[in-house]
Amino acid sequence: MVTGWFVGDGDDFRLLGTRCSACGSVFFPREDTHCRNPGCRGGDLEEVPLSRRGRVWSYTDSRYRPPSPYVTDPELPWEPYALIAVELESERIVVLGQAVPGVTVADLTVGMEVEVVPGVLDEDAETTWTTWRWRPTGVA
Amino acid sequence: MTAEVAVLGAGMHPWGKWGRGFVEYGVKAARAALADAGVDWRDVGSIVGADTVRGGYPGYVAGATFAKALGWQGARVASVYAACASGAQAINTARAQILAGLADVVLVVGADAAPKGFFRPAGGDRPDDPDWLRFRVLGATNPTYFGLYARRRMAVHGDTPEDFAQVKVKNAAMGALNPNARYRKRVTAEEVAASAVVADPLRLLDICATSDGGAALVLSSMEFARRHGAAEPVRIRAVSTVTPRYPNTVLDLPDIATDSAVGAEPAGEPFRASIARAAYEEAGIGPEDLSLAEVYDLSTALELEWYEDLGLCGEGEAAKLLREGVTAPGGRIPVNPSGGLASFGEAVPAQAIAQVCEVTWQLRGQAGDRQIPDARVAVTANQGLFGHGSAVVAVR
Ligand SMILES: [Zn+2]
Repeated sequence: MVTGWFVGDGDDFRLLGTRCSACGSVFFPREDTHCRNPGCRGGDLEEVPLSRRGRVWSYTDSRYRPPSPYVTDPELPWEPYALIAVELESERIVVLGQAVPGVTVADLTVGMEVEVVPGVLDEDAETTWTTWRWRPTGVA
Repeated sequence: MTAEVAVLGAGMHPWGKWGRGFVEYGVKAARAALADAGVDWRDVGSIVGADTVRGGYPGYVAGATFAKALGWQGARVASVYAACASGAQAINTARAQILAGLADVVLVVGADAAPKGFFRPAGGDRPDDPDWLRFRVLGATNPTYFGLYARRRMAVHGDTPEDFAQVKVKNAAMGALNPNARYRKRVTAEEVAASAVVADPLRLLDICATSDGGAALVLSSMEFARRHGAAEPVRIRAVSTVTPRYPNTVLDLPDIATDSAVGAEPAGEPFRASIARAAYEEAGIGPEDLSLAEVYDLSTALELEWYEDLGLCGEGEAAKLLREGVTAPGGRIPVNPSGGLASFGEAVPAQAIAQVCEVTWQLRGQAGDRQIPDARVAVTANQGLFGHGSAVVAVR
């Protein structure tokens, strides 16, 4: 579904972006055609893993079931999930993602350190669709 | 600074959940605006429609759809899509035609029959569309973003959910006085606090609903207005339609990440503030000149954000301004005297036009029970998906 957005397993799991060789701008989701910095003459875009850890810029949750194209089973009761916008210091970028299951807004504060881990977006008999999740550091 | 255009007429179809088609709402609003202007539809030289993407195929060609419904009469036509900024960009298209001498009188129409519940992207699997991706990958609805902004304000500026609720209390009190509003009931802070959480920390009554509705304007050259007997009409003095500046470092709908600030330093002002500044510069006014403002209160917390972006107060001071009553009726700069989206709900292509209808009535002194005394200068402000931002300055 979103090929090339992340790589690796366990502690090696990382989000993948691209970086402009001329101006250093980082893009996530990846930008593969051209650098979007209007002051840049345009360099090669190289795939780079993003920082594993960042700080919470803000957070919220989703108490109602989102509409399609989000995939959920309408037969099951809705389980709210938290969403965290995370600031990555060296990339100077904010990336939104779901929190790991079990982490609620009550567990979060702005400025808290979180790390990226793999998660399951959806699965059926043949396929598991992986995604990224944010998890407060020091939480197993 | 550019030349002015006259607002000869303003009209609306009342907002609600009427269960009918957007064309009907748009035609009703257009006829009301034409009657208000005293202009025969056959004398209109151009029609500009603000597009809806939820009304089926005709919604994408709104200008011609409304022209056909009103009766083909050979006018120039345009249709404009800019998400929530569609209405303001339709006004801007009409203004540009008038100032360029392409038309003397232009009818601007926006109307929608919105779906119940959350807005969602257009159908089909479209992984190269950021609007589709945010739903598919994250389930990030519009209230998700409003919740993020609200929580950020609480952390950085010390705003509280009680502050947010007071925005709703204020706007609902004004909406109760507006016959075109969908919700015409006062709301208490207790009722806001008792409503269900949608996206923490925002509750159902902090977030605007989806609605049906329509709004229309008749704009003309100043010369036509004088010939037409309108010696001192309300005038549009500026329409800002700016895009953000790279790197945009505030997470904006529908993106799931910001631009990186590694390759270029961010501009000093955020995108929403640049929308207002462009309008002020074009109009040759400043926030101190305003009599009132109509802003997109998609959430209560977002209205507070606009106070700062419009320069009504410094950064982080919006809740204080609200608490002091500065933005309430009787205050120095009342905000959303129409009742705002809190009272109207979203009918996307109509709402930026509806804002200009409200300021027109306010500047004419025709706003009835919600009239702001001696209103002379007004600004409207809104922001649409994909980097569309608009503000309109109107004067009398
Ligand atoms: Zn570059």
